[in-house]
Amino acid sequence: MNILVLLKQVPDTTEMKIDKETGTLIRAGVPTITNPDDLAGLEAALRLKDSMGAKVTCITMGPPQAKNMMRELYAMGADEAIVLSDMKFSGADTWATSNTLAALIRTLEFDLIIAGRQAIDGDTAQVGPQTAEKLGLPQITYVDDIIAVKEGKIIVKKALESTYEIVEAPLPCVITTLSTLASPRYMHVKGISHAFERDIKIMTFDDIQIDQSIIGLKGSPTKVKKTFTKEVHKNSDILHLDGKAAARKVFDIMVDFKFIGK
Amino acid sequence: MRKLFREFSEKEVKPIAADIDEEERFPVETVEKMKAIGMMGIPFESRYGGSDGDNLSYILAVEELSKVCGTTGVILSAHTSLGCNPIYTYGNEEQKEKYLVPLARGEKLGAFGLTEPNAGTDAAMQQTVAIREGDYYRINGSKIFITNGGYADTYIVFAMTDKSKGNRGISAFILEKGMDGFSIGKTEHKLGIKGSSTTELIFKDVMVPKENLLGAEGKGFMIAMSTLDGGRIGIAAQALGIAQGSLDETIKYVKERKQFGKPIAAFQNTQFTIADLQTKIDAARLLVYRAAYLKDTNQSYSTEAAMAKLFASEVAMETTTKAIQLHGGYGYTRDYPVERMFRDAKITEIYEGTSEVQKMVIASKILR
Repeated sequence: MNILVLLKQVPDTTEMKIDKETGTLIRAGVPTITNPDDLAGLEAALRLKDSMGAKVTCITMGPPQAKNMMRELYAMGADEAIVLSDMKFSGADTWATSNTLAALIRTLEFDLIIAGRQAIDGDTAQVGPQTAEKLGLPQITYVDDIIAVKEGKIIVKKALESTYEIVEAPLPCVITTLSTLASPRYMHVKGISHAFERDIKIMTFDDIQIDQSIIGLKGSPTKVKKTFTKEVHKNSDILHLDGKAAARKVFDIMVDFKFIGK
Repeated sequence: MRKLFREFSEKEVKPIAADIDEEERFPVETVEKMKAIGMMGIPFESRYGGSDGDNLSYILAVEELSKVCGTTGVILSAHTSLGCNPIYTYGNEEQKEKYLVPLARGEKLGAFGLTEPNAGTDAAMQQTVAIREGDYYRINGSKIFITNGGYADTYIVFAMTDKSKGNRGISAFILEKGMDGFSIGKTEHKLGIKGSSTTELIFKDVMVPKENLLGAEGKGFMIAMSTLDGGRIGIAAQALGIAQGSLDETIKYVKERKQFGKPIAAFQNTQFTIADLQTKIDAARLLVYRAAYLKDTNQSYSTEAAMAKLFASEVAMETTTKAIQLHGGYGYTRDYPVERMFRDAKITEIYEGTSEVQKMVIASKILR
């Protein structure tokens, strides 16, 4: 079985500060880590490898420093590592990122794609689902447990807000994992000893078939206007209404604030 | 490597460090966890069950473990430097296959028996005797203060094979737990590294196969001394870790603790003390890494290892003493880890050659 795991190197948001002048994140000097949901995805893949045998390929898009993350993933037990890295890819939003990832993945053999639910720096939870969509694959998001992989199918426990669903999908498919699915294993010392000898494949724009207009900053429909910490307003209205009237009221407020169109 | 060891130490070792000290309990579960990630044979090739790392990586492991727990640091150091390394360096292929492979894989734990009641610094005064009888050596005698003693499976034991030759009459043997006549005596109750198992070894007509002679007959003293040269880098790394660990705790504390309306970190005495200590710790670190680097590059490192241990252990004592001082009364209680670190630091000036022995080694090289 070939498993592709999509991972992202992110700033350690627990040590992140926001520049009050510009409203942007201060990235200088902030250590990078592998996104926690993605590590759970890798752990899930490695467990499938341990139990039924699989080739685990890690894929990331990012600057060349992502190689360091890949070395750690090798030390954990990954079999192959591919970094999509090109100035033309940079500044991509989730749409452009998933276009790029999908273009690479179309050239690879796979039975299962695992992505973390969301990255701690953007929290969009969009790249996994968008990639699935662009590849025309079934997807299961918010996977909290892999129950079985057999007979060309995967059965998982999908977390909902207050309950779970047991969902089955045919392979190949995309699943997105919660960090609660599995706590990642430690690197192995021997894995580290050899990680620096392993090949990390760098794929650039020229290596994948893709239209330049749908990648990178120029290909990104999302434009960030401002980043700011939400202010908490203390003045609020408390209304005592029955269920039906309350629903109507909430609906009207959302219309007033243009959260939804009437 | 450091990232792995730090993460492992923080998550697996730190949470139980105070408990194993209080209970004087050998942390078997930690040894199992270290085995699982290849920490029990870091500097040995994978054909011998090791992790294909180098001595510097192994030293980083001891340092990171010791930052949070001196006991766990010395368990790894004694196992690797004293238990595995003599077999790796002086063993024949059969001995490596039979003993080094399971040790380096962490399936077995190693220990080293040189010290005797009347042979401490004067290690040549060995009273344990090995007499050749056919295909065996009959060993009688005892050892004391043996690190990992109660939990080891494989022991490197030194005994006199020819008294008339003095130093050159000492030989090294590989003993296994459970050999007839081989028993564990008294377990020591110590000031520090209390979770580490320090015991007496007793040999009563232990018949050791001649295949278990390590190196040639009469080479034991040389093997012991060269093994200790390497072991000293491990203990220096332990001291370095304890020093940095206690300073890290102190830095955290002085930022939180307020007196006279401000954090005590705002006082110049605190600042100067911490600046001095971190500078000394960094100096110790460079000495320790230098010794490890020399060993890794097959250069002579005996003097440099002695310097590293001498300096790092003294820095550990000074740092832990001042760490308690900066913690004030709280530092004297077991509610804060610096109290334990202070007790753990002392042994680094004593075992694997006291500070005085290190000075003898260093001076003999300089004044040669």
